[in-house]
Amino acid sequence: MNFRELLHSGGQDLIYLFAVILFIFGIKNLSKPKTARRGNFLSALGMLLAVGVTLFDPHIESFQLIILGLWASALLGTFIARTVPMTAMPQMVALLNGFGGISSFLVAFREFQSNAIDILQKGFIDYLTLMLSTLVGMVTFSGSLVAALKLQEWLPGRPILFPMQKTLNAILGLLTLLLFVLTYQSLVDMNLDLLAKEMAYRYYYLIGIIAFILGITLVIPIGGADMPVVVSLLNSYSGIAVAMTGFVLHNNALIVVGSLVGASGIILTNIMCKAMNRSLLNVLFGGFGATTVIPTQQAKGSVKNISPEEAALILDAAENVIIIPGYGMAVSQAQHMVKKLTDYLLQKGKKVSFAVHPVAGRMPGHMNVLLAEAGVEYDLLHDLEINDQFPQTDVSVVIGANDVVNPAAKENPNSPIYGMPVFDVEKSRTVLVLKRSLNPGFAGIENELFYKENTLMVFGDAKKTLEGFLAALQELES
Amino acid sequence: MQESSELIMTIYVFVLAIFTGFELISKVPPTLHTPLMSGSNAISGITLLGAMIIAGNASSLLSAEGLLGFLAVFFAGLNVFGGYVVTDRMLRMFKKKEDPKDK
Repeated sequence: MNFRELLHSGGQDLIYLFAVILFIFGIKNLSKPKTARRGNFLSALGMLLAVGVTLFDPHIESFQLIILGLWASALLGTFIARTVPMTAMPQMVALLNGFGGISSFLVAFREFQSNAIDILQKGFIDYLTLMLSTLVGMVTFSGSLVAALKLQEWLPGRPILFPMQKTLNAILGLLTLLLFVLTYQSLVDMNLDLLAKEMAYRYYYLIGIIAFILGITLVIPIGGADMPVVVSLLNSYSGIAVAMTGFVLHNNALIVVGSLVGASGIILTNIMCKAMNRSLLNVLFGGFGATTVIPTQQAKGSVKNISPEEAALILDAAENVIIIPGYGMAVSQAQHMVKKLTDYLLQKGKKVSFAVHPVAGRMPGHMNVLLAEAGVEYDLLHDLEINDQFPQTDVSVVIGANDVVNPAAKENPNSPIYGMPVFDVEKSRTVLVLKRSLNPGFAGIENELFYKENTLMVFGDAKKTLEGFLAALQELES
Repeated sequence: MQESSELIMTIYVFVLAIFTGFELISKVPPTLHTPLMSGSNAISGITLLGAMIIAGNASSLLSAEGLLGFLAVFFAGLNVFGGYVVTDRMLRMFKKKEDPKDK
């Protein structure tokens, strides 16, 4: 038996199994900071192995297009991955989700085109999974595209709402189900009737088109602050699409890998929803921040506004400092200045920690990536568990964060964010809030923190303000 | 009978893999949320295996099958290459305090 024969008589499946084991170890290692790089490497090794052995697959007759496709994607993929700025990472992840979706869709589409006759003979599950990989793959693609455009701000990030939105989505959903049935019926009749075959194709194409529209209408009403949930949910969808494609192709490697990715996406989605105290359904269909007209109790007391120099004096006197970064830090790309200020304060013998909310920014882990880029060590970063330290803190510095420090989440049952776990910054002695202006944040929710006794606002671009802090601190020294 | 037992096995694999996934990733520190997503995106580029078979059945980009096959390989490949490289780039940046400050 030569190598090729060995592969074809089960060897290929064994090597796929070995690749799957590498993926599993890879993902396991990827969930611990210490081993994460090795995990990524192991899973890349698994991919290399799986792709390598597929090159020997007896179904492959010509290599031209495979090589062309691999070259093109290697060049473009590596180029984008190396050059994309860390601030654009949410868009990048959204796009990757979308690419996963469209490739699953294309494989399913081709399978339908070439093997429509066999599908029903193979069984109902084959038919069902083919329809689902078509639907989920395409919804993931168009939904991710909209998410990426919103994150890039080529589409407005605020929720885009139109009348009868929910009704439209419901109609599209029902239409898809109807088309599933019609396609099935046409496939059954196909052997008797030539027209039925034609109709089966038409119904199937319609499913693709409707799935494309559905992806758009599902994501477009979701506002920027809810993006972490959407990005992780689409991540999960892309995995589900892969698993469904695995059923279609009878390929266990795809099924296992798709399930792993689907599960990891669902776990992340769940973490994000918990961090906002909202259900998934509420995020998907809530149209958060646009439909709800918030009864704004305006001007409860006055806002105290100070200059960066005055703020520097306060920082200079502080022992314990907690920094709370938010989307505003990403917008003004202030992470490097944050690092410089942190280094200065640490060097002065002060204690500096970071309070990073799970949903701060536009995707899960957004702030962590930016701070890591600037060189802030990840053991300075804390989750909500840091909350018991605010009473012992001299200064909390809020940099472009809003909802995650809004006391209304604890105090005002009428607030749309009521119940969301937030940082108790108001318990620290002084709160410095760096903000561009007093405009309510993205979600349009008034923040009572700004009016508190111990809150001082420093208006302006976060990066410039931090530069001002540092310059003033250094001046104090000399 | 043969057919249906094969199907049952496939469903077994599916269900067990989902449980494995939940077990593996149940506790991810927030620091790794983004790399986990981009890394799992790279892994879901495994559709490349199916895409390669499609592309391997056509020889010209000008035919419908050829174009489909090429695009399927291309997009899955973007996931694989883009996903792994960007994940590694991010992970290289994550440093602990006691780590040496080399780049």
